[in-house]
Amino acid sequence: MAALGHLSTFGRVTHAVVRGLPESLCQHALRRHKGDEVDFARAEREHQLYVGVLKNKLGLQVVELPADESLPDCVFVEDVAVVCEETALLTRPGAVSRRKEVDMMKGTLENLQLNIVEMTDENATLDGGDVLFTGREFFVGLSKRTNQRGAEILADTFKDYAVSTVPVSDTLHLKSFCSMAGPNLIAIGSSEPAQKALKIMQQMSDHRYDKLTVPDDVAANCVYLNIPNKGHVLLHRAPEEYPESAKVFEKLKDHMLIPVTNTELEKVDGLLTCSSILINKKVDL
Amino acid sequence: MTTEVGSESEVNKQAEQIGSGAAQEKPDEEASESQQNASLEPEEEKRPVSPTASKSPRSQKKEKDPSESRGISRFIPPWLKKQKSYSLVEAKDGVERKEPTEAVVEEPIVEKDESLPEEGRVAKGDAEEILERKRQDVKVDEKDEKHSVSSAETQPAKEDSKEIEVAKVEGIQEDKREGETAKRETKEVQTAELKAAQKVSKKLKTVPCKVMLLDGTEYSCDLEKRATGQVLFDKVCEQLNLLEKDYFGLLFQENDQKSWLDPSKEIKKQVRNLPWIFTFNVKFYPPDPSQLTEDITRYFLCLQLRQDIASGRLPCSFVTHALLGSYTLQAELGDYDPEEHSSDYISEFQFAPNQTKEMEEKVVELHKTHRGLSPAQADSQFLENAKRLSMYGVDLHHAKDSEGVDIKLGVCANGLLIYKDRLRINRFAWPKILKISYKRSNFYIKVRPAELEQFESTIGFKLPNHRAAKRLWKVCVEHHTFYRLVSPEQPPKAKFLTLGSKFRYSGRTQAQTRQASTLIDRPAPYFERTSSKRVSRSLDGAPIGVVDQKEISGPAGDVSVYGPGVAGQGIFQDGDGKREVRSPTKTPQLQFTTEGKKNSLRVEGENIYVRHSNLMLEDLDKTQDDILKHQASISELKRHFMESTPEPRPNEWEKRRITPLSQQTQGSSHETLNVVEVKKQAEVGKEERVITEGVNGRDKVPPGSDSGETRKVEPLTHKDSPSLSSENSSSSSSESEEEDVGEYRPHHRVTEGTIREEQEENEEEVEEEKEEQASKVVQCMEAVPEASSVKQITVETVQENVVSQKSSGEKSLKEGDKQDIREETEEEQHKVNGEVSHVDIDVLPEIICCSEPPVVKTEMVTISDASQRTEISTKEVPIVQTETKTITYESPQIDGGAGGDAGTLLTAQTITSESVSTTTTTHITKTVKGGVSETRIEKRIVITGDADIDHDQALAQAIKEAKEQHPDMSVTRVVVHKETGVEEEEE
Repeated sequence: MAALGHLSTFGRVTHAVVRGLPESLCQHALRRHKGDEVDFARAEREHQLYVGVLKNKLGLQVVELPADESLPDCVFVEDVAVVCEETALLTRPGAVSRRKEVDMMKGTLENLQLNIVEMTDENATLDGGDVLFTGREFFVGLSKRTNQRGAEILADTFKDYAVSTVPVSDTLHLKSFCSMAGPNLIAIGSSEPAQKALKIMQQMSDHRYDKLTVPDDVAANCVYLNIPNKGHVLLHRAPEEYPESAKVFEKLKDHMLIPVTNTELEKVDGLLTCSSILINKKVDL
Repeated sequence: MTTEVGSESEVNKQAEQIGSGAAQEKPDEEASESQQNASLEPEEEKRPVSPTASKSPRSQKKEKDPSESRGISRFIPPWLKKQKSYSLVEAKDGVERKEPTEAVVEEPIVEKDESLPEEGRVAKGDAEEILERKRQDVKVDEKDEKHSVSSAETQPAKEDSKEIEVAKVEGIQEDKREGETAKRETKEVQTAELKAAQKVSKKLKTVPCKVMLLDGTEYSCDLEKRATGQVLFDKVCEQLNLLEKDYFGLLFQENDQKSWLDPSKEIKKQVRNLPWIFTFNVKFYPPDPSQLTEDITRYFLCLQLRQDIASGRLPCSFVTHALLGSYTLQAELGDYDPEEHSSDYISEFQFAPNQTKEMEEKVVELHKTHRGLSPAQADSQFLENAKRLSMYGVDLHHAKDSEGVDIKLGVCANGLLIYKDRLRINRFAWPKILKISYKRSNFYIKVRPAELEQFESTIGFKLPNHRAAKRLWKVCVEHHTFYRLVSPEQPPKAKFLTLGSKFRYSGRTQAQTRQASTLIDRPAPYFERTSSKRVSRSLDGAPIGVVDQKEISGPAGDVSVYGPGVAGQGIFQDGDGKREVRSPTKTPQLQFTTEGKKNSLRVEGENIYVRHSNLMLEDLDKTQDDILKHQASISELKRHFMESTPEPRPNEWEKRRITPLSQQTQGSSHETLNVVEVKKQAEVGKEERVITEGVNGRDKVPPGSDSGETRKVEPLTHKDSPSLSSENSSSSSSESEEEDVGEYRPHHRVTEGTIREEQEENEEEVEEEKEEQASKVVQCMEAVPEASSVKQITVETVQENVVSQKSSGEKSLKEGDKQDIREETEEEQHKVNGEVSHVDIDVLPEIICCSEPPVVKTEMVTISDASQRTEISTKEVPIVQTETKTITYESPQIDGGAGGDAGTLLTAQTITSESVSTTTTTHITKTVKGGVSETRIEKRIVITGDADIDHDQALAQAIKEAKEQHPDMSVTRVVVHKETGVEEEEE
C-alpha cells in the first residue's frame, strides 16, 4: 500500500513527462545572464540523449510533448508542475511568459490520472525549480520566481508534508545549486549561497540529511531515480563539463551513475532536473 | 546534519550525577534524623494548637519509632515507618513492602470521605488519629500527602496535616473551634464564592465529574472535592484499562481555551467552573507508536488521531485520508464483505473534515486491499502512516512575531516549530533552546548562537494574552521534559520576592514510561474497537482473545529492546542500593508509584506487577539522595530555628475559609488591588540568615517564596528528578494559575548536577520550618498571615513582642545589640556558596541575581523609586481610567513597627515585577529598634484587567501571594483602588 513517505520508495519513477525544444529558445528563452548563444542543434542532441536515458536506459514510460514555438522555455517542464505521489500541482510560473506552458501539462497529467490541483491564486507564483522534495518534506525556495503564496498553496496541496521556505536570492531557483542525489542525500554546491541555504534547510528539518558537496553549484543539480532492478540511479553532469564535481559523484559506489551533458540548455539556466517531470504511478491501482 | 548529538551524552551525565549525588547524600541522613528527633520536644511545647492534634502525632511518632527502628528501618523516615505500621505490612524487601502499603493507602482515602463528617473532634487514640491523618493526606491531594508525609518526618509537616484536619472538623463543628486563635487567619482573601463552595464541600465532600473519552462515551464519577488531577486521571485510566498512560492527559475548557489538568494539583484549584468536565486526550504523541507495548494503547492513540484528522487538526492529503480511513474500517469492521458492507456502510464513519463521495469510494477501494489484517495490525498500519504526517504530534499555538505577523508556534517532540500559514518558517530544536520564558503575553526563547555567531539570541513572540503565553510555556516545558529528559526536572524554588511560575512537568518522561512499559506483562487486555460507530463498548478487562495476544507479542518485544538503553540507567542503579531510605521529599513519587501499582493490581492480579513495582521503587530511590540532603539541611535549620511549629501550606485556603476574614483582605475582595502594604517585624538576625540561606545552596531559604505553590509543584518534581535547575527559573507569583512570568531552561539541568536539587529541597524544608514559626505566630495573632510561614519574617506589633520573646528565649544571639555582627556570623555559617547577604540596599537585588543568575532580565527590575516603576507599568500597560474606587484598611498595629520608635534604617530596596495583568512593586525597608528589626514591605500591585481575569480572583491571589511570600509578616494596610476604564490590553 501506498505508505506515506517511505524512504524505500523515494525516487521510484514509472513515468516521465518531457517536452521538445522550440527553436525560439535560442533567441527568446529567459536567461539571467547574457552569454554564449545556444547551439540549437547541439541542444536538441543533448536533450534527445537525456530523454533516451530515461526511456531506453531506465525503461520509463516517457510522455514527450511537442514543443511550442510561442513558448521558448517550454522544454523546462519541471517548473510548471510539482508531482508528488498521486497528486500534481500545476504551478503558476513566476515568469509571465511561461504561464501558458501549464495548459498542455494539465491535459497530460490528467491523462495520467493524477489528482490535479491548479494554482489559481493570482497572487501566487511558483516554479517547480524552487521545489525540493526530499521524500520527507518540501523545501521551497523563495526566489524571483516563487513567492510565499505559491509556497502556501503547495503546502495546502501536499498536506502530509512539512513545507519549509528557503530564501533564494543569488540564483534562479533553489535547485540551481542543489537536488536530491539519493534517499536522504542532498547534493549541494560549494558556493556561499548554496551552503547558506543548506544550513537553513538543516535547521528547518526534523530529519538529518546526508550531504554531497560538489565544487560546482550547477553540477549539484542531478536527477536521482530508484529503478527496480537497477537500484539507485543518478544522472549527473558529465566529467567533460564539470570534472571536479563528476569526481565527487563517482564516489557514490552504490549508485548507477549516468553522466549527462547539458551544456547548451545551461546557457539559458536549464539544468538536469528542469527538463522532466518524474512520476510514480502505481500500477496496481 | 541538523540535529542534536548532545542528547545521549546529556543523559549519561545525568545518570552519573544522580549516582554521585546519591552517594554523597547518604551519610547525612542518619544525622539529620536524630537531630529531628531531638528537636521534636521543644516544638511540641510551643504549639498552642488544639490538644489532640498537637499531641497525638508526636506521641505516635515516638512510640512507633523504637519498635521499628532496626536495620533498614533506621534509615526510613518516620513517616514511612508509620505508614508501614498502618498498613500492617512489613515487607523485608523494598519492593514487596511498597505494594501493600500503597494498596492500603488507597482505600483509606475512600473511607475517609464518609468518616470525616462523622468523626467528632474528640480526641481519639493515637493510632486512630494517625490513621485519620494519613487518610486525609492521601486523599486530599498530592501536595497534602507530601506535606503530611514529610511532616511526619519533620515536625512542621505534621502540624500541617493536623491543622488541615482541624480545619475540616471545624467546618463541621464550629463550636469547638472557638478556642483556637491559631485558626484565625487574617488572610481572608477568598471570595464569598470560595467560601460557599467550601461549605458545600464539607457537607457533600464529593464533586460530580465527567470525562469525555476518546471513543465518544462519557465517564462519570464522584470525586472527593480536594482530589488532585492525578486521582481523576488514574480513575479514568483504570476505567480504560490503560497502563501506558503517560502519553495521555485530561483537558478542560478554560474560557475558550483548553488546558491540561495538572495532575499534581487539586482539581478545584484549576477548574473554576463547577461542572467538572474533562476530555481524555493524548498529550504526548509517541513519535514511534510501534514502540508502544500494548495494542490497547495504540488503539487509544488511533482514536485520538481519528479525531484529530476528522476535525482537521491533523491535516492530511486526500490520499492519506483515504488510506487512513481504510485502515479504520479494517480495524473496526474487519475484512471487507460485499454482502455485509453495502454501499453506504461507510457513511457513518468520518474520515476527513470534508468527506466526499470520491473519498469514500477510495476508502472502500483501499479497504478491500486490507483483507486479512487483524484489528491490531490495521491500527498499527494506521499509526505507521499517521506518524509521518508533518503535523503529527504538533501542538499549535497562535502568536505574532516581533513584527506583528500572524504565525503559529508548534510544540512537538523535537522542539519548537514556527509556521506562517502552513509554511514552516523556522524551527528550534530543543538542544538549540537555552531558555524558555514568558512574561505577560510574550513568549521568549533564548537560542544558542549559530555556528558562526557568538551571542545567544532571544526571540520573542506575542501571544494573544498572558494565559496563552503561559499555556504555551507550560506545554514547552512539558514536551521538552517528556521527550528529551530521562527524568523530570525539579521545579524551581522561589527566591526572595521572585515572580513566575514554578511549574515543571512532573509525570514520567518518555524514557521512563518506555522503561515502565517493558515491564508490562499482563496478557493483552480485551477491548472492542467500535469507536467510530459510537457503539457502546465494554471496557471489561476480560482476558484477551487469541488474536490479540499474538499481535501483542511482537510490539512488546520490540519495546523491551530499547528500554534499558533509553531510560536512564542512572535511575535504576541508584534505586537498588537506597531503596530503604525515604524522605519526605519523595513522597510524591511514592504516591505516584502507589497509584500505578494500584492500578496494576486491580487490573491484573497481584502477581503480575512485581517487576513493575520494582521499577517504580527504583525511581523513588533516586530521590533518596535528595531526601538525605533535605534531612541534613533540616537538621541544620532546626538548630538555628528551634522554635517553629509547622503549618500546612496546602491547606491555606481551607484555613482562610474557616478563619475570620481580616479586614484588610475583605477590602481586597472588591476589584483591583492597588496597594497592599505588608509590615513585618523580625529579628535582624533571623532575617539575615534567611536571606543568606536563600542565596546559598545548602540552607537556602527563599524569603519571598510563596509557599503554597512551591509545595504543590515540588512534590511531583521531587519524585523523579535527578536534574535540576530550579534556580534559574523562577520568578514568581504565588498562584500557579496566575503567574505572569515563567522561565525554564532546558539545558541547565542537563548539564548541572544534582547539587541544585539539594538546595531546592533544602529550601523546602526551611520553608516548612518557617511555617512552623508562622503558625505559632498565627496562633497568637489575628493579623498574621497564616498562609505561609517563612520564619525570617516578622510580625506586627503585637506579634513582635511574641516573636521577640520566643526568639530571645531560644536564640539569645539574635537579640543582642550587635545585630550586625551576629548577622554576619550567622551568614557565614549558612553561607555555602560564599555569597553574603548583608542588609544593604543593594544586597537584596544582588542576592537575587546571584541565586538566579540566569533570570530573564526583564522580570526583575530594581529601581529605587516607586514612581519609576509606576511609569514603567504605565508604559507597557496604558490605562485609561474613567472611574476609581478606593478602599483602605489600616490595622491598628500599623504604627507598632514604623510609627512609634523609628528605629535605625538598615536597608531599603525596591523591586518591581510585571506581568500581563499585574505589576508588582515591592519596597522593602528594614529598621532596627532595640535589637529587634522590623522589616516593612510595601507592595503595590496593579492588576490590569483583561476580560479574562476575574478581579476577585486576581485580587485574592495577589493577597494570598503577598502573604505567602511573606508569611510571617502581618498585613497592616490594604488599599484597594479600583479604576474602571478603557484598558489597553492586547487581550
